[in-house]
Amino acid sequence: MTPVLAVEGLRTHFFTRQGVVKAVDDVSFTVARGEVLGLVGESGSGKSMTGYSIMGLIDPPGRIVDGAIRLNGANLRTLPAEGLRRIRGNRVAMIFQDPMMTLNPVLRIDVQMIEAIAAHEKTTPAAARARARDALARVGIPSPDERLAAYPHQFSGGMRQRVAIAIALLNRPDLVIADEPTTALDVTIQGQILYEMQKLTRETGTALIWITHDLSVIAGLADRVCVMYAGRIVEQGSATAVLGAPSHPYTRGLLDSVPSNHPRGGRLAQIPGMTPSLLDLPPGCPFRERCPRAQPDCVVTPLETTRDDGRTIRCHHPLGTAVASMASVR
Amino acid sequence: MSAQGDPMSTLVEAPIVAPAMRDGASPFKRIASDFLANPIAVAGLALLGLVVAAAIFAPLISPQNPYDLGQIDILDSKLPPGSPSSTGGTFWLGTDDQGRDMLSAIFYGLRISLAVGVISTVLALVIGLAAGLTAAYVGGRIEQVIMRIVDIQLSFPSILIALILIAVLGQGTGKVITALVTVQWAYYARTVRSAALVEKRKEYIEAAHCLALSPSRIVFRHLLPNCLPPMIVVATVQVAAAIALEATLSFLGLGLPITEPSLGLLIANGYQYLLSGKYWISFFPGLALLLTIVSINLVADQLRDVLNPRLQR
Amino acid sequence: MSGIATDVARSTPLIELRGASKRFVKTLDLAAKIGNRLGANVREEVVHAVDNVDIAVHPGEVVGLVGESGCGKSTLGRLAAGLLALSAGERYWRGHRLGGETPAEARRQQLKLQMIFQDPYASLNPRMRVIDIVGEAPVAHGLIAATKRRDYVAAMLDRVGLDPGLMRRYPHQFSGGQRARIGIARALAVQPEFLVCDESVAALDVSIQAQVLNLFMDLKSALNLTYLFISHDLGVVRYLSDRVVVMYLGRVVETAPTEVLFAAPSHPYTQALLAEVGRVEPKKRTYVPIKGEIPSPLDPPSGCHFHPRCPHAMPRCRESAPPLFDVAPGRRSACWLAEGVS
Repeated sequence: MTPVLAVEGLRTHFFTRQGVVKAVDDVSFTVARGEVLGLVGESGSGKSMTGYSIMGLIDPPGRIVDGAIRLNGANLRTLPAEGLRRIRGNRVAMIFQDPMMTLNPVLRIDVQMIEAIAAHEKTTPAAARARARDALARVGIPSPDERLAAYPHQFSGGMRQRVAIAIALLNRPDLVIADEPTTALDVTIQGQILYEMQKLTRETGTALIWITHDLSVIAGLADRVCVMYAGRIVEQGSATAVLGAPSHPYTRGLLDSVPSNHPRGGRLAQIPGMTPSLLDLPPGCPFRERCPRAQPDCVVTPLETTRDDGRTIRCHHPLGTAVASMASVR
Repeated sequence: MSAQGDPMSTLVEAPIVAPAMRDGASPFKRIASDFLANPIAVAGLALLGLVVAAAIFAPLISPQNPYDLGQIDILDSKLPPGSPSSTGGTFWLGTDDQGRDMLSAIFYGLRISLAVGVISTVLALVIGLAAGLTAAYVGGRIEQVIMRIVDIQLSFPSILIALILIAVLGQGTGKVITALVTVQWAYYARTVRSAALVEKRKEYIEAAHCLALSPSRIVFRHLLPNCLPPMIVVATVQVAAAIALEATLSFLGLGLPITEPSLGLLIANGYQYLLSGKYWISFFPGLALLLTIVSINLVADQLRDVLNPRLQR
Repeated sequence: MSGIATDVARSTPLIELRGASKRFVKTLDLAAKIGNRLGANVREEVVHAVDNVDIAVHPGEVVGLVGESGCGKSTLGRLAAGLLALSAGERYWRGHRLGGETPAEARRQQLKLQMIFQDPYASLNPRMRVIDIVGEAPVAHGLIAATKRRDYVAAMLDRVGLDPGLMRRYPHQFSGGQRARIGIARALAVQPEFLVCDESVAALDVSIQAQVLNLFMDLKSALNLTYLFISHDLGVVRYLSDRVVVMYLGRVVETAPTEVLFAAPSHPYTQALLAEVGRVEPKKRTYVPIKGEIPSPLDPPSGCHFHPRCPHAMPRCRESAPPLFDVAPGRRSACWLAEGVS
């Protein structure tokens, strides 16, 4: 079956005065119908930029320089602006970290939702309003009729994010991209939102790309996961496999850094150093300078290799293979 | 329009990149290099540089000293631009009704105008900074009193206040500067108070309190340097405004005395001859004033963009 | 574990707050006062950010302070550090009541309580070099001679894992993790005894967070420090703290030694909170959320603040707020269900 989304060799570069920032550097993955894909990485990994690239939200000095983005088979990069506009909000929708990136503070909620519907199909105002009301009810907002007449500032942070989710799901898109939507929310509210998302994707069969740095959310929510570092996917596979038995040293390092995985009192195993500047990447594997398993041949950039079980890995010496010597980790 | 339907959304900014370790680049050097990368900024700065150089080196580059009565000849009066002078040189921009060379008069006039503009701006800046910082840091009643005075002052047209002051104080260079300072300080006070209120809430000020540093140290060492960027832009624009105001006052005959003729006075002198064809007596000083003010505004404008962190590329 | 807890409990607390409250009042301005005269009923807005809280931190302890938005943990941290004045209640340092010292004594006292802030970008003065940021206070207070400043700052930076050769640089030339370290160096430079860490690792990437957390633990043992660690991240708090205090809408709802709290939380809010703690267990989970929104601090529910969302709420909970009951040695819970347990 054709995957809902197939990204092939995506490269998004930013041409700044200080040099070229390769924010997304040869990224490929697929998302099947009803699947939840987690895109995990720290700041500067390119995960958000990948999401923006798919939506076509990259502005100068940034540009998608290479690759294909196939939504239900059709390449989004070859579409004219009008075609892209018809798809955005309709077949593909995005939820941002800050719900105020979706909501216009000076318009009422019903106006904004009806506008989002009317932009993509011809309906009567009454029908559109009914659909908006149902969408609000589906995301768990109490008294939706009254809430429709409210302004965004009259909602709390968690409620606003739910409204943003409702808007994203209004036109029953095939794919929803969620860029850290719960990072700024309290833990109990995050639980509510994750519950809603899980329920909705199961009911409607919408594919979901969840972008986050929080490994615990991915563990609970995602079917498959891509781990990103310095603009590249370093490891890809089912969530159980990647998080249970990681192959890439960076994934292992990330898991070891999370305090909840550690007994009290012991030292956290830390990854030394910090993410290299994207302007100034060292040659070869970008993780080389921080990797305890780095060998002399890591100055050659590793290619993405696919293993028998469907997992991909970008590493010369993945975990589980022998190495000649190990650098000591402080 | 919501992001979902808008193809022109500009949500995405260039990704934050871990800063490359540039050696000791102070904020000033960074600003300077950003500024000089912009061609409009460089053009404005070059023009301003020319104006300032002409003003500073006026005695050296002027063909004659227009206020030395020994050098001017009434027979040379009202000659059009390009006419030869009786001493063998050329009156490049013509002469006025006293026989003074316009070019020289303009150089000397620039001197006066720029000096008065800069001095009054600096004085107003110091007073405004003191008032605004005090209001922001101390708060309470004192802040209310200071800001109400500022509000009242800013609600009057500046020319009206200046005229009233000149009428009360009399004419003279010092009094003109006093009038200009009185008109301007309130604007600085308001701007620095807004900036200081924003900075005051930031965590580095909280940290300074936590370290038990004295209030004067916090205000001068921590608060003030971070409130300066908007002030620099305002001050630069205000120099132009002060020059324009002084020119207005001089044009009306209420500004600087004849012994220190600024560009405004030169324009006033030639006003009566405008319609009889001797345009150059007013026109060229007017042009010089225009170029001065435009170059200052260009520089201030570009400076504002450069100092605005959200417009960083 | 419990042996340590009782030893600690017997010693005099390093810092203690009794009956601490902080109210933020938005007073009526002139227009509102006139409006009230004319019949409009404009009320003053009062936020009880911290409401009658008792908290004590013993020497050498790490107390974790957790809660969600509006719970008052940041305000409580600032009250403890002396950055905010108490609206009611008292503050004690090593058993002595604070307040009423001479300015010189107050300054010396203040230096013993330092704070590490949340935002690594806003917590450093962008126009000062690192050597000035770290070295300003020790010189100003006479802790070191001005001539020794360079060496002193170098020692501080080295201790937090930064290259001393970078001291002439400006904050914008450093990454988030490095700025966090500069903030720690600045606090350590005045030789404090007690550190309040207000969400100090929240803004950092996971791998950098691990480095900074290790640094906190190293510094604690090397310098004999005591911490009040404020965080919304329960995983971090569990890892670092000896004891945990849970707050909700300005009040303490539960306090217990860490492992005891995480193993068997007593208060319904703590139970709900802990159900959400992220575990990176590689299996899918079904989320069962707690219902309702966090109420606004401007208009908290009557009685027990948690009763609208509590699965065990009784009529009594709406009428009066439960005090902290002892449910076991070292464990207290503010819930009517805990009354008469121990």
